[in-house]
Amino acid sequence: MDYSQFLMMPQEIGLLVVFLLVFLYDTFMPQKSLKGLPLFATIVFGIFTILSFCPQQVQEGMAFGDMFESNKATWAMKNILNIGMFIVLLQSIKWANSDFVSVRRGEFYELMLLTLFGMYLMISGRHFLVFVIGLETASLPLATLVAFEKKYYESHEAAAKYVLTAVFSSAIMLMGLSFVYGLTGTLYFNDIASSIVDDKSLLLIVALAFVIAGVGYKLSLVPFHLWTADVYQGAPTMVTSYLSVISKGSAAFAFFVIMVQVFGAAYSQVWEWMLYAIIIITITVGNLFAIRQRNLKRFLAFSSISQAGYIMLGVVAANAVGMASMMYYILVYIFSNLAAFGVIAVIERKTGKVTTDDYNGLFKTNPWLAFVMMLAMFSLGGIPPFAGFFSKFFIFVGAAQTGSVAIYVLVLIALINTIISLYYYLLVVKAMFIRQDECVIPTFKSHWTERAGLWICTLGIILIGILSCIYTSLSDITSSLSNMFTMI
Amino acid sequence: MEIFSNMLIYFVIIPVLTLAGLALTKNKGINAIRAVAVTGATALVGLALYLVFYFLRQRHLGVTDDMILTTSVTWYAPLNIKLALGVDGVSVVMILLSAFIVFAGVFASWKMDPLPKQFFLWFFLLSTGVFGFFISVDLFTMFMFYEVALIPMYLLIGVWGSGNKNYSAMKLTLMLMGGSAFLMLGIIGIYFHSTATPGEYTMNLLEIAKNNAIPHDWQMFLFPMTFVGFGVLGAMFPFHTWSPDGHASAPTAVSMLHAGVLMKLGGYGCFRIAIYLMPFAAQQLGWIFLTLTGISIVYGAFSACVQTDLKYINAYSSVSHCGMVLFAILMFNNTAMTGAVLQMLSHGLMTALFFALIGMIYGRTHTRDIREMGGLMHIMPYLGVGYVIAGFASLGLPGLSGFVAEMTIFVGSFEHQDMFHRVLTIAATTSIVITAVYILRVVGKLLYGAVQNEHHRSLTDADATERIATATLIICVAIIGCFPNFFINIIRDSFNPVVEALTSVM
Repeated sequence: MDYSQFLMMPQEIGLLVVFLLVFLYDTFMPQKSLKGLPLFATIVFGIFTILSFCPQQVQEGMAFGDMFESNKATWAMKNILNIGMFIVLLQSIKWANSDFVSVRRGEFYELMLLTLFGMYLMISGRHFLVFVIGLETASLPLATLVAFEKKYYESHEAAAKYVLTAVFSSAIMLMGLSFVYGLTGTLYFNDIASSIVDDKSLLLIVALAFVIAGVGYKLSLVPFHLWTADVYQGAPTMVTSYLSVISKGSAAFAFFVIMVQVFGAAYSQVWEWMLYAIIIITITVGNLFAIRQRNLKRFLAFSSISQAGYIMLGVVAANAVGMASMMYYILVYIFSNLAAFGVIAVIERKTGKVTTDDYNGLFKTNPWLAFVMMLAMFSLGGIPPFAGFFSKFFIFVGAAQTGSVAIYVLVLIALINTIISLYYYLLVVKAMFIRQDECVIPTFKSHWTERAGLWICTLGIILIGILSCIYTSLSDITSSLSNMFTMI
Repeated sequence: MEIFSNMLIYFVIIPVLTLAGLALTKNKGINAIRAVAVTGATALVGLALYLVFYFLRQRHLGVTDDMILTTSVTWYAPLNIKLALGVDGVSVVMILLSAFIVFAGVFASWKMDPLPKQFFLWFFLLSTGVFGFFISVDLFTMFMFYEVALIPMYLLIGVWGSGNKNYSAMKLTLMLMGGSAFLMLGIIGIYFHSTATPGEYTMNLLEIAKNNAIPHDWQMFLFPMTFVGFGVLGAMFPFHTWSPDGHASAPTAVSMLHAGVLMKLGGYGCFRIAIYLMPFAAQQLGWIFLTLTGISIVYGAFSACVQTDLKYINAYSSVSHCGMVLFAILMFNNTAMTGAVLQMLSHGLMTALFFALIGMIYGRTHTRDIREMGGLMHIMPYLGVGYVIAGFASLGLPGLSGFVAEMTIFVGSFEHQDMFHRVLTIAATTSIVITAVYILRVVGKLLYGAVQNEHHRSLTDADATERIATATLIICVAIIGCFPNFFINIIRDSFNPVVEALTSVM
């Protein structure tokens, strides 16, 4: 075996090193210094995040018998996830040291890092076996994390729902993959891509539908979204924020690679229309259900369903602009959603309040938190000059580049939905800023780690849009991918 | 940095610096807040005046480019999005108008309470959007600034408004954002048809107009999108319903800025993007929108006649007057379009004046219902005279701005050879009479007649800051009315490229 292949996976190795350091700290450090474990894990992960940005380490090519690919796009995507992961870890330091949770804080960080490792495999895997292993590694530890607050009944219920849907969706996807294997006799991405070029059989359509359904569960696309609201509500807020951005972002990227690189030949025949319909109902249903929610975690669950629909616009575009816009969208979405969840987590930890009505007059008592929440809402709603506006515009441009009238109609439907979404995002802003006569939440001071996390999100929301270099470099990366768009 | 040598960018930088200055002030330090706001607003007026004379100087020196002060800096290279600046006569006068209204608006909100700092922050964010929109010639940048100008309205009305403010703020925001959704689709469509050579798409509207490559069938699809998108902001019937509620609930300075400047963004965008870039569809579909704007004019005027709330009367009057702007633009000739810009100026100033006066009267009487007021002329003569001047400007008395604008519009409209257009023009002209009816009704009821409420006798007249705010606007209205040629000279040549484009597709 050629051991130099491991040089293809510097980020995976780095992540394992971080994991081992955290594990060793947890195992061998004396009991009284375990309080420092969350901070230790965050700092080590932060150092790893910065190191993995060094661009001279990007080795492009295939490894392990074409099962694993490393290129600039996977590198960039893993870095985007790292940024989000870092913010989540930073924000959860105070929570991890709180009562009931502190006993198991080591497990929290170890499991988080393991799921991230699974997502790396999903992103880089170029054989369905690797992909499925990555998917399972990313899903099953998450079920434990969802059940982390043992004392709450909702947490158990959420974990049960999550694990059942995760298993069920995996089963459906494996069924689809077995059909693909039956059709083509291989599970290598490149071989499948070349052997389904002229295939228009019904079996391929069924197989594709199953694969879309399987990944659709992860992305909580409608009609595979039913677990989302309950799990988001029941899980600890830090885990919810992790589920809503990192887990979703990695699945979206992997989905793009599978659909475009593997099933690209069936684009216009089969899955463009499946995805077309799914996007319309995902965005619309997510938005309409979000209007009625009073619990902010459920509210953001439905909002994240509709955001997933927007992310899928990048997949339906199936071109370099769409891919760059999708990655950019995920980055912006990470900052915006983590800002929103960060505020919710702080307030929940301090006061235990999570409904919209509790946020009445928040601006009067905690102006800074209200300001960050407002930025997050505006960014999610696509209001300039915040980053969300740019990401929405670019993803629409990516979709419209395909040029067909049908896609323009899709973009129009998505645009009208942004207005609906703006309505419910403004409801939160209204509660915080306009209803100043009743102040439910008293003034309090949040922990510095939480503030630091929110500061990073705030800067991201304000700067990512105005500084064009991030989108430009993502666009350079995706337009240099040689084998990605050949099948479309 | 090449862009900083262009003076236009300072129209964005000054409000942004004002924002930063305001952010540094303390919540309680009302004097510091006022000082920063006034400094920013004064600097904008100064720069705008300088721009006007610079523009005239350039034209005098024989510079005949469509746009002057053009600079283009790449922003998003992959999509060829640039920060492209440039102004022609229309944008110059619009910038001047905005600067004066921002200036007057700062003085009109002198005693803003509660949260003065936050109020001025949102106020200047809105101004940033407005100025950015007028100086840009890149579709993406224009659209971005357009939306920047819209969203502060929600909080400005929601937090500082009165009456049914939650409903109005939400309705206004959602309707305007709904318009901008259509607009965004229109812009994306224009972008992908901006050039005949695929792959070299551009967002620069001068280049798009020069390429003239948008296929006719796409024009028929994209023109309604963009025109409706901007038309919502221009209060075109049937998309005007946000305007009365929004104006009625908004605080004074916001009503001023909104009616005075923001609604002009609609008319400006219709002309600059929809008609200029898609002349074929404009010729083909113009009649539909012309009919709608004709309805706006007459319907708005009739609605104003039956309202009893001062702000509603003015809001419907704005629908009528802004309808006239779009109506004139759709006549596709130089005279009518010049009239449209004069009307934008005139309407911007006199509506701002109206709303300022209404705010001041309301601040004293605590009612806006004209049935509960009367004889105010004896009690507050300064405000009363101001109201009469604004009313006369609105109904088109010679010597004030309204006369010049409406005269130019109707003469220009009647120039159109087509019978349909002439009939519509005659129908629209009736609004002059109806305007006189509702203005004189309000003036008679509010200012003369018996005092309805004995408490009103003890009220005071305008104080110094209020006098500054109203006097600025009154002087501007009179200047336009007395020296229209000064403005017409700036505006006139700007329409040549549009009219040429429109005649070439006939």
